[in-house]
Amino acid sequence: MERIKQISIFAENKPGRMARVARTLADASVNIRALTIAEAGDFGVIRMVVDDTEKGYKALHDDGFTVSETDVLAVEIKDIPGGLYEIANTLGMNNVNVDYAYAFVTAKAERAMLILRVDDIERATEVLSDAGVRLATREEIQNI
Amino acid sequence: MFAEYWNPYIERMPIEDLHKLQEERLRSLVRYVHDHSRFYRQRFREAGVEPDDIKKLSDVTKLPFTSKRDLRNTYPTGMFCIPENWVVRYHVSSGTTGKPTVVGYTQGDVDMWTESLARALTSIGLGRGDVIQVSYGYGLFTGGLGLHYGAERIGATVLPTGAGNTERQIELMQDLGSTAIACTPSYFLYINEVAQKMGVSIHNDTKLRAGILGAEPWSEETRKRIEDSTGIKAYDIFGTSEMSGPLFTECHLQNGIHIWADLFLIEVIDPKTGMRVEDGERGELVVTSLDKWAFPLIRYRTGDITILNNEQCECGRTHPRIMRILGRTDDMIIVRGINVFPSQVESVLMRIPEIGDNYQIIVDRKGPLDVMTVKVEVTESTFSDKIADLMSLSREVGRQLKNVLNITAEVELVEPGAIPRSEGKAQRVIDMRRV
Repeated sequence: MERIKQISIFAENKPGRMARVARTLADASVNIRALTIAEAGDFGVIRMVVDDTEKGYKALHDDGFTVSETDVLAVEIKDIPGGLYEIANTLGMNNVNVDYAYAFVTAKAERAMLILRVDDIERATEVLSDAGVRLATREEIQNI
Repeated sequence: MFAEYWNPYIERMPIEDLHKLQEERLRSLVRYVHDHSRFYRQRFREAGVEPDDIKKLSDVTKLPFTSKRDLRNTYPTGMFCIPENWVVRYHVSSGTTGKPTVVGYTQGDVDMWTESLARALTSIGLGRGDVIQVSYGYGLFTGGLGLHYGAERIGATVLPTGAGNTERQIELMQDLGSTAIACTPSYFLYINEVAQKMGVSIHNDTKLRAGILGAEPWSEETRKRIEDSTGIKAYDIFGTSEMSGPLFTECHLQNGIHIWADLFLIEVIDPKTGMRVEDGERGELVVTSLDKWAFPLIRYRTGDITILNNEQCECGRTHPRIMRILGRTDDMIIVRGINVFPSQVESVLMRIPEIGDNYQIIVDRKGPLDVMTVKVEVTESTFSDKIADLMSLSREVGRQLKNVLNITAEVELVEPGAIPRSEGKAQRVIDMRRV
């Protein structure tokens, strides 16, 4: 299964909110793979991919956070100029819209990893696979 | 088994007889306060009215109004009509909006209060075999002891939990099989929230079927939310500490609060002019006590905004009804010259399923302009990860508020639990402009 789960947290835009989230995950021994914050004035949404999504979700939920899970794709990008273009172009040509994306690099993988939220995840999976792009599985993200 | 009426003779008395009874009681009340209270004597003199001027029921309008200001000016017992050693109990208001006010009761006054609630609780279908959990505060506040006496009188079992210690309340509710609970609507919502966290469903895991909710203004939409989420029937209860405490509720038909006319004479007036409004129009509730002796009330301005309904209820009770309290003359906030009642804001918010049960209104001044911010909690069941969805939720709340209030409110989405919960009366408005 190529699609992976991202955790999203509703957070007020206030000092200490990020620390509370991080603390909860630390206490639950959940490791964060990639993270981004989208802010919209008074509030924001913290999005992250972690090694153990179920455990992370439960820990945050039990601590009173407003949490949701979203299907995203983790796409391997060649760490060379034009690496992102190949992926973005494939999706664009096939009329798949990217809602948002964030990337991270892992030492072991020697590759960049792009987390993608798209409007049509089935189609995106299909066209990227056809174009020879590798999508990371849940297990791979867990074992990075 | 429960009786249909607690006091059928009085509760179903033909309206003409009821008026005759009121007239007799009004005449003796006016004579009584004139003879026993220097305060009332002086008031009558200032208004140019003598006890003999009060012959018919309609003559009540010749009497002067009294208000909370009078209670404060005569603090602690200057308006009492009996020697203090006849007082069997005091209750004292919290004084959050000024000096506290003291109300005293004779034994007869306590009995009248209890009788009033016995009729009310019977009218919603409670009686022997019911376990009534009284989660109003006990002590100086009237809610706890008032309901306690009323519930005991009808032969129900009282579980006097008082307010607070919510998890224990829920455990006891399950263990002792509470069938009804009396508390503020905001506290009941909090109890439901805590129950859910404990994995307890009020609907499936308790025997609760009725809530006797009041002591703060609440909306029809909140009633719907409470009933839909817990499966109980929520009944509105009314009474002010000056009148005794909680006294009246809706009957099982949930269509207005029955005010026992043999005990209180009610009027609804325009708070600005002091003139009576037409039945069906909103105004300030004014009460005259007809069977209360330590501290009788003559045309006391409650500050509560409501609507009078003199049509007879289908339950067979002939006594007049008032609509749920729509707000208070003193909790109305004026924002940019427009009158706003927190209950209006509440009725808008409770219609929007994506937001939680708690809210707070904050009024501040930025430069010359009043700014009203409404804080609402995002619920996990509707949180979607998409910023656009949250922004449109916030816009939608703002749009609906604007439709009803005619002013723009800033909407702030906050995390669940971010708005302080209350075990008694919820603080819905924070006005920073006065500081």
